[in-house]
Amino acid sequence: MTEAEREKYSMINFEETELRLGLPLSGGEAESTLKNTCAVFNGKRVFSETSTTTVDLKLNLSSTSNTVSADVAKDNATAANSTAPPPSPARANDPAKPPAKAQVVGWPPVRSFRKNIVSNVQRSNKKEEGEKGASTSGSNNGAAFVKVSMDGAPYLRKVDLKMYKSYQELSDALAKMFSSFTTIDKCGSQGMKDFMNETKLIDLLNGSDYVPTYEDKDGDWMLVGDVPWEMFVESCKRLRIMKGSEAIGLAPRAVEKCKSRS
Amino acid sequence: MNYFPDEVIEHIFDYVVSHRDRNALSLVCKSWYRIERFTRQRVFIGNCYSITPERLIQRFPGLKSLTLKGKPHFADFSLVPYDWGGFLCPWIEALAKSRVGLEELRLKRMVVSDESLELLSRSFTHFKSLVLVSCEGFTTDGLAAIAANCRFLRELDLQENEVEDHKGQWLSCFPDSCTSLVSLNFACLKGEVSLGALERLVARSPNLKSLKLNRSVPLDALQRIMMRAPQLADLGIGSFVHDPDSEAYIRLKNTILKCKSITSLSGFLEVAPHCLAAIYPICPNLTSLNLSYAAGIQGSELIKLIRHCGKLQRLWIMDCIGDKGLGVVAMTCKDLQELRVFPSAPYGNPAAVTEKGLVAISMGCPKLHSLLYFCHQMTNAALITVAKNCPNFIRFRLCILEALKPDPDTLEPLDEGFGAIVQSCRRLRRLSLSGQLTDQVFLYIGMYAEQLEMLSIAFAGESDKGMLYVLNGCKKLRKLEIRDCPFGNMALLTDVGKYETMRSLWMSSCEVTVGACKLLAKKMPRLNVEIFNENEQEDCSLEDGQRVEKMYLYRTLAGKRKDAPEYVWTL
Repeated sequence: MTEAEREKYSMINFEETELRLGLPLSGGEAESTLKNTCAVFNGKRVFSETSTTTVDLKLNLSSTSNTVSADVAKDNATAANSTAPPPSPARANDPAKPPAKAQVVGWPPVRSFRKNIVSNVQRSNKKEEGEKGASTSGSNNGAAFVKVSMDGAPYLRKVDLKMYKSYQELSDALAKMFSSFTTIDKCGSQGMKDFMNETKLIDLLNGSDYVPTYEDKDGDWMLVGDVPWEMFVESCKRLRIMKGSEAIGLAPRAVEKCKSRS
Repeated sequence: MNYFPDEVIEHIFDYVVSHRDRNALSLVCKSWYRIERFTRQRVFIGNCYSITPERLIQRFPGLKSLTLKGKPHFADFSLVPYDWGGFLCPWIEALAKSRVGLEELRLKRMVVSDESLELLSRSFTHFKSLVLVSCEGFTTDGLAAIAANCRFLRELDLQENEVEDHKGQWLSCFPDSCTSLVSLNFACLKGEVSLGALERLVARSPNLKSLKLNRSVPLDALQRIMMRAPQLADLGIGSFVHDPDSEAYIRLKNTILKCKSITSLSGFLEVAPHCLAAIYPICPNLTSLNLSYAAGIQGSELIKLIRHCGKLQRLWIMDCIGDKGLGVVAMTCKDLQELRVFPSAPYGNPAAVTEKGLVAISMGCPKLHSLLYFCHQMTNAALITVAKNCPNFIRFRLCILEALKPDPDTLEPLDEGFGAIVQSCRRLRRLSLSGQLTDQVFLYIGMYAEQLEMLSIAFAGESDKGMLYVLNGCKKLRKLEIRDCPFGNMALLTDVGKYETMRSLWMSSCEVTVGACKLLAKKMPRLNVEIFNENEQEDCSLEDGQRVEKMYLYRTLAGKRKDAPEYVWTL
């Protein structure tokens, strides 16, 4: 396999986009995750300051509990208000250590009816904006704006794919964009080698790390990195950085591709 | 004992209307009990499982109006599994079989089937009023039956129900002879209605005072409807989106100018901000404004709107109004009595409200007595100030979105703040706590909250003492709901008799064990102690030492209920 091909086929670096925090689902779904990093989402521009002072993002997300209550994983994360005395409750419902993957049902206490109405309106507002955006960029050959969502982020971003010449560049840009949510570990070539390594890919995909996927012209969700860059730019309609475990269905294809390439 | 003939006493009893007063009357002596029960027309049953329909009918044969509540309050937040209970059917069946001339039915958190609506519609010739709040289980077919068969229907009020839309024409089922409607609210329905049928219905309902449309009713239809019903006092707008230069919009603006009797406005389920100016002319008359579903409106537009609403007594709004906007409310709405501020996103809007907004409100609106406030943070100092400014609180529900969050200024728990509230507001009946709280707050509540009837606690407290302070101190406590607190068996079992003085107790994700619940159930036969066992495993038997995930207990004269699903274990 040539260097150029490797370049073309390089995935967005897993290490870079490795996210280790159980965050609320995007898209205005009704479930909410209890976390103490609400401060992080207080302002669109604020989280880069607060994220480092709030939660240590190295939570172990391997627990796949979907417990209904706030079954908080005890870990070594520092408390959100690190100067505050540790919250008193003896039991493990301490959101200073947010639940790894568990979501706190029923918090905040807003009637599901109300939550659904509001999130539907917001979704349709976003859609309207998105459509407006798409129509203007569709007619404009210069730009290829697509929406980028990351599971857990409170809002979406848009990138112009034509600004980048390779997956690596896109990966860098996305990492910067969502850096406030992530521990960025620019592993560069090591990461790429890791990706090409089948076992590492599976490990990463099996874990709760994040995986970039995209929706193509046919409406199918694909793993980023399979096709040559130019083809990708032409066919990509939107990007989604999925939680690794949800990308399992996509993984076998990628694994097969790995096998065939190496 | 009685110096007056029964007729005189009956006549006197006519003036006694409230349920509690009536209940008190019935306890005076046997003959008053007898007279009271035959003259009683309105009955309120706060927990549908506390009594059987048969017993109700037997005691109150003259029943005309029945209010029933089903699921526990925390069902609103998805904490109660599906099909837990609260079925209307047995009630309707029993009432239909009897000779009760039911005229009014008000339900909250009940499971209502189309069949029961159909039976209801056919069984009571003088049925006048159906109010469903947070119910589920029915479709528009059930509504069609009500529309078609209740010849003297005055009120059909659907609030926040989950209704399956069968795309039938339920509105068209109101016969031409139906001219008695006073109140129609279908805002929660998701599907389309026949606009023609709606307009004709409005046209032939001269007594229509309250009309709340759903999202499918567009602005031009709204205009035509308002033309036909200038007497409307309470309007819920469905869709409020239109090109501001269009004929339809201009027509609407003119029509609105004619609707001087509207005092209550709600809805805006779909709204374009530029259309809001059209309602400015009626704002000065409004006493009630509910914009809590209007997710399309920004804070600045809300503020512009509020400036016109000098007479508001009730305001439901989203937190995008911001602290600054609440300052405007405080300056403008001097008669404000009830305020609800809802989060616009699961964790609120970035520009949302904090303690500052609440303090501003408390300074500007001394008549405030009911509050529901979702905010990002709260301080003890702010709560103390609010307590001083507004001693008249009856309902005080504060939800700091981030659980366990302390006072951001002092990093202390919010015990002192809430303590100030209960100490100052002697008439407080309902309280919801949030933020970081120790046992101290419960000590204050037990000491000062003498009128407290309902208390909601989440992620609070340190030990059993907290819960005990409340159980011992709050003599009038009726409903206690607790989630994710370190309260355990000692707190649960110390005063078992207390629960018979209350309607219900909910405890989820606390420290109580199966054994303690069993013991409680054994000691108190007139309580139903329900444990929800949601484990998938069939062979999971309840060991005494096992922690209980969800427990709901309530006093009852009906014994163990027969309609409980498999996961509910009544001990």
